[in-house]
Amino acid sequence: MNARRTGIQNIVFLFFAVALAIAPFIIKSGAEFTGADKLAEQAITQLRPDYKPWIKSLWKPPSSEIESLLFTLQAALGAGFIGYYLGSRRSRKKKSHNDRS
Amino acid sequence: MKKSAFIAAAFSLIILLLALPNPAYAMHIMEGFLPPAWCLFWWLASAPFLIAGFLKIKKIIRDRPEAKMLLAFAGAFIFVLSALKLPSVTGSCSHPTGTGLGAILFGALPMSVMGSIALLFQALLLAHGGITTLGANTFSMAVCGPMVAAGIHCLTRRLRIKQWICVFLSACLADLCTYVVTSLQLAAAFPAEHGGMILSFFKFAGIFAVTQLPLAISEGLLTVVVFNVLSVYSADDLCTLSVFSRREA
Repeated sequence: MNARRTGIQNIVFLFFAVALAIAPFIIKSGAEFTGADKLAEQAITQLRPDYKPWIKSLWKPPSSEIESLLFTLQAALGAGFIGYYLGSRRSRKKKSHNDRS
Repeated sequence: MKKSAFIAAAFSLIILLLALPNPAYAMHIMEGFLPPAWCLFWWLASAPFLIAGFLKIKKIIRDRPEAKMLLAFAGAFIFVLSALKLPSVTGSCSHPTGTGLGAILFGALPMSVMGSIALLFQALLLAHGGITTLGANTFSMAVCGPMVAAGIHCLTRRLRIKQWICVFLSACLADLCTYVVTSLQLAAAFPAEHGGMILSFFKFAGIFAVTQLPLAISEGLLTVVVFNVLSVYSADDLCTLSVFSRREA
């Protein structure tokens, strides 16, 4: 597939992905957007009012700041490697291209 | 005709999403929210896949050392996507899984290990999911999801559908499948008193799978983007994996 065409496709798809992330704020403005597993927990308590979690997490991030720190760390580790990999492949491709010409 | 059918389907999907009740949250099964017997059951169910996945990774590293970096890339993609908590049209948040890409590149088995690493990270450091429920969460996200991705990709490639559509469908359905399986797992552990497992399943699927629908589409789109970038910059890596033939590159 040629690079130009995939480039255009990528821009269009990224635009759609961003639109999908923004749309909820417009469609459901005022919603809480709480990203916990609370509702599943509530559903369980509804189905089985007597159920008690039988074990707790070994360690919980002491605050939401620490939690976001660790989430960011997770994303940064991943994104860092993705950037490194693509950079190295790009320069390798360029080099082999230059060697040929 | 085809176009109008597509538009009709898109509209009914949007109406379905708008008509749904307000908040719903979706993520993995929390620590302590699965009875011990079920924890053990899902641990035993995912163990063979983890062992087979580990052996497969060893084989890949031995036979094709040049693919090592790409394998790590697939793992990094899981890390990034499972840290992205995105808002959904149901008014709540959930995150994509990212396992589809790796399953397309390497097959389903290696992803069982890669996915469980991300799950372990979240269980230990973020109190998302849990150690006792890690077996169940591994089974849904790192075993079933990648299986669906690899299966759909294989099937759609055989039908000679365009590459990007194959990748999109594989990643999108793998993401959805993960949360359908999560709903099944919870329904099996918590059948409703009247109505049993089926009623519970619809209850949990309403929470998990529906929130996930738009996110699954996002995951499909992002996976196609990353796949496109890979096919431009590291075509030779993809060729060694025979994801596509040299002719297409």
